[in-house]
Amino acid sequence: MTDIAFPAARPRNSFFRRNRLVIMPLLFIAPAFGMFSLFVIYPIAQSIALSFIEWQGIGPKKWIGFQNYIMLFNDPVFWKSLVNNIYWLVLFLLAPVIGLFVALYLNQKVFGIRLIKSLFFFPFVVSQVVVGLVFTWFYDPAFGLIATILKPLGLQLPSILASEDWATFGVITAGLWPQTAYCMILYLTGLNSVNPEMVEAARLDGAKGWNLLVKIVLPQLRAATFIAIVVTVIGALRSFDLVAIMTEGGPYNSSNVLAFYMYDNAIFRYRVGYAAAIATILFLIMDIYIVWFLMRLLKNEKGTR
Amino acid sequence: MFPRPIQEASASRQLLYKIGLPISLVIWLLPMIAIIATAGRSLSDINYGNYWGIPSEWAFVDNFSAVFNSSPILWYLVNSVIITVPAIIGTLFLSTLAGAGLALYKFKGHFVIFAIFIAGNFVPYQILMIPVRHLTVNLGIYDTYWAVILFQMAFQTGFCTFFMRNFIAELPFELVESARSEGVSEWKILIHIIVPLVRPALAALAVLEFTFVWNDFFWPLILIQSDEIRPITLGLTTLKGQYISSFNLLAAGSLIAALPPVMMFFAMQRHFIAGLTLGASKG
Amino acid sequence: MKQLKRLLLATALTAIATTGFARDLVINANTSDPAQKLAMENLINDFEAAYPDVDVKFNLYDHEAFKVAMRNFLTSDAPDLITWNAGNRMKVFVDLGLFEDVSDVWESENLYEKMPAVVGASSVDGKQYGVPYAYYAWGFYYRKDLFEKAGITQTPTNWEEFKTMGEQLKTAGITPVTIGTKNLWPSAGWFDFLNLRINGVDFHAELMDGQVKYTDDRVKKVFATWAELVEGDFFVKNHPAYSFQEALPFMNQGDAAMYLLAPFIVSMFPEDVRKNVEWFPFPIIDESVGIYEDAPTDSFHIPVNAKNKEDARLFLRFVAQADVQTKTAGTLDMLPPNINATVKDDRFAKGGFAQLSRASGIMQFYDRDTDPALAKVGMQGFQEFMQNPDRIDDILARIEAERERIYGAL
Repeated sequence: MTDIAFPAARPRNSFFRRNRLVIMPLLFIAPAFGMFSLFVIYPIAQSIALSFIEWQGIGPKKWIGFQNYIMLFNDPVFWKSLVNNIYWLVLFLLAPVIGLFVALYLNQKVFGIRLIKSLFFFPFVVSQVVVGLVFTWFYDPAFGLIATILKPLGLQLPSILASEDWATFGVITAGLWPQTAYCMILYLTGLNSVNPEMVEAARLDGAKGWNLLVKIVLPQLRAATFIAIVVTVIGALRSFDLVAIMTEGGPYNSSNVLAFYMYDNAIFRYRVGYAAAIATILFLIMDIYIVWFLMRLLKNEKGTR
Repeated sequence: MFPRPIQEASASRQLLYKIGLPISLVIWLLPMIAIIATAGRSLSDINYGNYWGIPSEWAFVDNFSAVFNSSPILWYLVNSVIITVPAIIGTLFLSTLAGAGLALYKFKGHFVIFAIFIAGNFVPYQILMIPVRHLTVNLGIYDTYWAVILFQMAFQTGFCTFFMRNFIAELPFELVESARSEGVSEWKILIHIIVPLVRPALAALAVLEFTFVWNDFFWPLILIQSDEIRPITLGLTTLKGQYISSFNLLAAGSLIAALPPVMMFFAMQRHFIAGLTLGASKG
Repeated sequence: MKQLKRLLLATALTAIATTGFARDLVINANTSDPAQKLAMENLINDFEAAYPDVDVKFNLYDHEAFKVAMRNFLTSDAPDLITWNAGNRMKVFVDLGLFEDVSDVWESENLYEKMPAVVGASSVDGKQYGVPYAYYAWGFYYRKDLFEKAGITQTPTNWEEFKTMGEQLKTAGITPVTIGTKNLWPSAGWFDFLNLRINGVDFHAELMDGQVKYTDDRVKKVFATWAELVEGDFFVKNHPAYSFQEALPFMNQGDAAMYLLAPFIVSMFPEDVRKNVEWFPFPIIDESVGIYEDAPTDSFHIPVNAKNKEDARLFLRFVAQADVQTKTAGTLDMLPPNINATVKDDRFAKGGFAQLSRASGIMQFYDRDTDPALAKVGMQGFQEFMQNPDRIDDILARIEAERERIYGAL
């Protein structure tokens, strides 16, 4: 962002004219920022305040300082959930990669391709409840699709969702399906704005295939990649729909994640303050990550302009 | 074009592609096909554990008519539209403005504001439940469409501003500079130069946001009580019982609920392309 | 047609609401099971027929969503009536001052005499805070044809017979018991009954109130008895992968013989299986301990912040009537709390009713009797125990830590 222009060529004397490059952006940003502050930032601040309180969600509140955090650090389920969140984060990053290749595969102009693209998008829009249900039935050790296919071959898979070692990975796999569709649509948009002349020029220089993708196309998809990674990270850290449907965090918390554990505490255990503390920690982890990411982005932009 | 148009490839590769496409589609949609099949299964088959075998009877008609008869699903669909459409229009408007404000100008606190928009996105949103419900009660909009519309508009603005800001920052900045040097007002630069260029991004965002807001079940649950204004996601959950869930009806209901977003995607694809041609001719 | 009617109705409703003549009665309910839905629909229709001036606005939630929404609407914009459960679940909200004292309804209708079985569960400090519309018994639902195939002619009445019967079933290649523990609560049924049969109702009640340590020897004895079945492969494998409903196919396909559950299971058996399904109560373990049962009770409550408490009370009186209870409980396959009502004429309802009638005391259910946070940790422990019985000491220490956090050190 070193690119701001000097004032317009013919300066006039009005105050607005002279300062328009400061006033205009503020005017542009104000409505969005106002709404966002009221409905999101302010409630976040309130939640953080709640994390120092013992509260059932209704009734009397009791200030307990850092007690919730101390309990949290002694809670094995918290640590287990944190570890699972890291699995989610790492494995979920497969979604942008696969999504890119799906988008490249579909970026053609053949008969019916629009319909096919729409159908590839389907996993993203169908309710997570049903996605969870169907994957549960895939894995079902007695009547599931995998079991049905493997049985005649004399093979048997461990019961994925009943196993404390495998349950998390079973849920992540289910989550990758819609997330990949999501990344695919981001890349399809990105591919539309790839400069065809640059690609052609590179082709004339003899670049092709993998080389062309890495050297010419990927840099132009930087914005799409960036957003795909960010939404995937958000998805990985927030994701609890599938956990709730497929395992409820079980067996015995082995597939729990922070977001679900937070929700579980707030809603089903009536421990709102404790839940707020979990949320605050999760929020901090995410923010450290995003600040680091943001710094890199801004540095990159400085470099390119 | 990348990858190289398949039409330029050899005839055998073209054939391979055209055969491969439907096959990969079927594999990709296998879970989807399972959902469709489930929508046509009888509950008795499901209770027998017959999730994947040939159903003892096809119950499509029964199941879909049960969904329509057991709940006012058309009415829920109307409610979903009433909530989703204004929320998206509002979000896109707010975030295009804010995105341009953040991408085209440098001023003090620019980084902080951008960071706040992004950071706000990362909150596990369930924790906002109590404060946001409180807020809507105080604003007098609890249990109205407005509660969900305004909240979604605000919440989604975080992500959309981030998206738009990045997209606008990638545009050729010389266009803005030359317009400024010709004395074009900032507002006109936004309307006549930036907005046409961001059309593919707006189209993509519209699709994504439509999906998010349409599929969201949590906020209507928190902010809406009356059955008459419930969106479809909330209406469908009553097919899930305390003990017994009609999985087949649930599958049928979610297929109905998923159609509008897919149709939206289908319709919007053209605009991705339109954005491309505009971008190419002007950029 | 239904949609159009609804649209017109909605417009009409807004019109009436603004003129202020209607007596709206808002009911929020969590009764989303198919039978529950039907029963509630009938109940409301009958009520509206009896009181044409009152217009019921019914908001149905699924069970989990209701828990989420409940604390929101109770404090901000309360409905006039809600469905909920008697026992500790009710007490939580009574203690917070969110449920209305409806002792006056109990008095005027003389419900103390008409519903003796549920007075305790509906009361906090001698006052009543809800009116039950149905309750039900738990027991073993089993397949008679599979029992016969294994050479079993009589249902077991004590623990030794139960174990012998299990061995016979296993010899015949049938898993004795199916269970799905993904939703946790089915495992709590086992714990409740074992504890009630081994240690009696007083001990169980103390444990639920947090007055006994989970590391107590009497609790350990419960798990030792349970372990006989777990280690003896009485239960289907991989049960954490199944919800209650997803574990049912084992029984329907003839791989497993019985399920410890409640009457809502009956409608889930396909027609040709159902005709072979019978019922027997949980066997006696210690002759010296009386017979105590779990009998979860569902009831209506008036939120303190309700607007139309007058008509809400009218509804409570209506629901308490014998003929209304006969019909409602009948649709639900459950039991009517009103003694003048008629129990549905089927073998499950009759059997459950007989069992509860001879019980010396009843509890609600593990997750309805104890603190919600403790219930969750406890049930996760049961699930883990059923997979890894050797971890019992760790598990009990963990549950005890949660008990201590909530109820304090002993």
